[in-house]
Amino acid sequence: MKVTLEHLTKRFPNRNKKIKADVVAVNDFTFEIPDGILVGLLGPSGCGKSTALNLISGLETPTEGKIYFDDDDVTMLPPENRGIGLVFQNYALYPHLTVLQNIMFPLQNFKGDKKMTKLAMEEKAREAARLVQIDELLERKPSEMSGGQQQRVAIARALVKQPNVLLLDEPLSNLDARLRLQTREEIRRIQRETGVTTIFVTHDQEEAMSISDLIVVMKDGVLQQIGKPQNVYDDPENLFVAKFLGTPAINVFEGKIKYGCLFIGNENVMELACKKDLEKDVYIGIRPEGFILNLDGALSLELQNVEVMGRDTSVVSKHENALSGNIRSIINAEDWINSESKLVRFDLKPKKVFVFDKETEKRIYFDKK
Amino acid sequence: MKVNKLKGWLYLLPAILFLGVFLVYPLIDVVIYSFEENYNFASQTYTGVGFYNFSYVLHDPYFLQALKNTFILVIITVPLSTGLALIISLGLSSIKKLQDLFQTVYFLPYVTNTLAVGLVFMILFKKTAYSDGLINLLINFFGGESVDFIEGPYWAKMFVLCFYTIWIVLPFKILILTSALASVNKDYYKAAKIDATPKWRVFTKITLPMISPMIFYLVITGFIGAFKAYSDSVALFGTNLNVAGMNTIVGYVYDMLYGNSGGYPSYASAAALILFVIVLTITCINLMVSKKSKISVN
Repeated sequence: MKVTLEHLTKRFPNRNKKIKADVVAVNDFTFEIPDGILVGLLGPSGCGKSTALNLISGLETPTEGKIYFDDDDVTMLPPENRGIGLVFQNYALYPHLTVLQNIMFPLQNFKGDKKMTKLAMEEKAREAARLVQIDELLERKPSEMSGGQQQRVAIARALVKQPNVLLLDEPLSNLDARLRLQTREEIRRIQRETGVTTIFVTHDQEEAMSISDLIVVMKDGVLQQIGKPQNVYDDPENLFVAKFLGTPAINVFEGKIKYGCLFIGNENVMELACKKDLEKDVYIGIRPEGFILNLDGALSLELQNVEVMGRDTSVVSKHENALSGNIRSIINAEDWINSESKLVRFDLKPKKVFVFDKETEKRIYFDKK
Repeated sequence: MKVNKLKGWLYLLPAILFLGVFLVYPLIDVVIYSFEENYNFASQTYTGVGFYNFSYVLHDPYFLQALKNTFILVIITVPLSTGLALIISLGLSSIKKLQDLFQTVYFLPYVTNTLAVGLVFMILFKKTAYSDGLINLLINFFGGESVDFIEGPYWAKMFVLCFYTIWIVLPFKILILTSALASVNKDYYKAAKIDATPKWRVFTKITLPMISPMIFYLVITGFIGAFKAYSDSVALFGTNLNVAGMNTIVGYVYDMLYGNSGGYPSYASAAALILFVIVLTITCINLMVSKKSKISVN
């Protein structure tokens, strides 16, 4: 089912009663989520992504704006009539019920035509359990299961009534690192198998990038960018998005546009396709993989440390104009030449270099040479 | 290690001493008294050892009356007060406005003096030759005959006693249950809401199992408390409870020790031991039931 948000806004009264102004958790969201895809709502904590999810689920009502499921306006519809499945961050499994009873719970609430026999319900629940591969554990209590297994039960419970939209609130945050990797692939698989439109919330960019068809980057309640993960990574619209996506993080320098060239300090690092007389202070973001080792390279950095990681080598260096402390560049391990020099020189890959306006932090686009 | 152990005992000493002198020793003494026949408190003499005291107490019509009163009180007030407290707590936790105010109001009886409350109840329920209490005025208003709740028929007196007991124990139960309700994670309710769970099902399938340990706690302590009832009866019917026919087991024990028929520590001890056995049995049954139902709920 297609989900469309139109000028969606949610304001909360400020907790500090002395401040009259409302807190805007979600500010004028307008975007469309196509049917049958996996969407990651991504942003640092407190950016309003959970509120956005709650608005879609109906647990919160928006201050302004509209929500459509396909062409139906569901803005004022209570959550139980929206046909959604929601997986809570803490899973919210009923601790006194077995796994099977937990999964059957939503089915037992059906009324009228949809009412099912006990046998049919059990069959449905087992089917859902099979989908998330916990059909061996149906008689267990939630407390007798690992976090990853509980997560699967929660997903099965949300899926069993065949929702139009599946919503997951920080689905992986309660799992350890290894399980997180496994479970996120599980979520991807389950979503593919069921084809249900899925929206999940996360603060972990890697998580969102790795499994989403579409990511929505938020900050302070404001939509920053929406697009396919790779596109957003390759083409960030502002400094925040550039900094938020990617591990290791992007390296940010203070720089200048002068004589049609890009300067970091006194070094001309790249030619730009712009007017020669343009002069401007800018931020320059360079992805770690955007460095090419070159003894006569344009950018010279003060070498700090070299971390060999098998396939890649990570060169840690310093520069007085760098904003982000250490500069991390990742190069092919074979290219690295061990030398005693305290200086390391790089050329830059133009595609991996982004220029941002110093005031607005918005991206400045050039046709790079 | 040895020094540590010694230190440990040293820290425990005050409690052990205190409990030993004021609890364990008297308890043992009570058991001894109950088996000493014709024990004379003044001369500290007795004529034999045996079950005569128990036999006497169990054949004493006053004791049987007290036993009956206590059982009726327990059976009526414990379930009713727990049920009422649950309903009131559910109401309290579902309102937003004035919740604090109502919580305070419902808690007031807890901090009010038992005898003062008894006095108020007496005035409410009284019927004298000259004036009727509020309740009797109400009964008259609806076309009924005045009933003397304080010195009248047994059922009327029992009704007042139960009413009064429930009123007195409610605040504590409400307090416990409202905090138990508040401690249930809200996500369960959200999950249930999204699954369109009917309200009644939310209550029986989620709320009740989640707070069931607290309910069992209240039932068990309620049973014990009701078995030990005494002051409530005194507050309503005065100290001559045997004559009023409203004595309780603890009241009987007190009367045997200090009342008009007093001076019989052996009978008192026997009655106290009988009460102890009853409370122990009921509590064991309660625990067994609660364990069993926990398994079935699970």
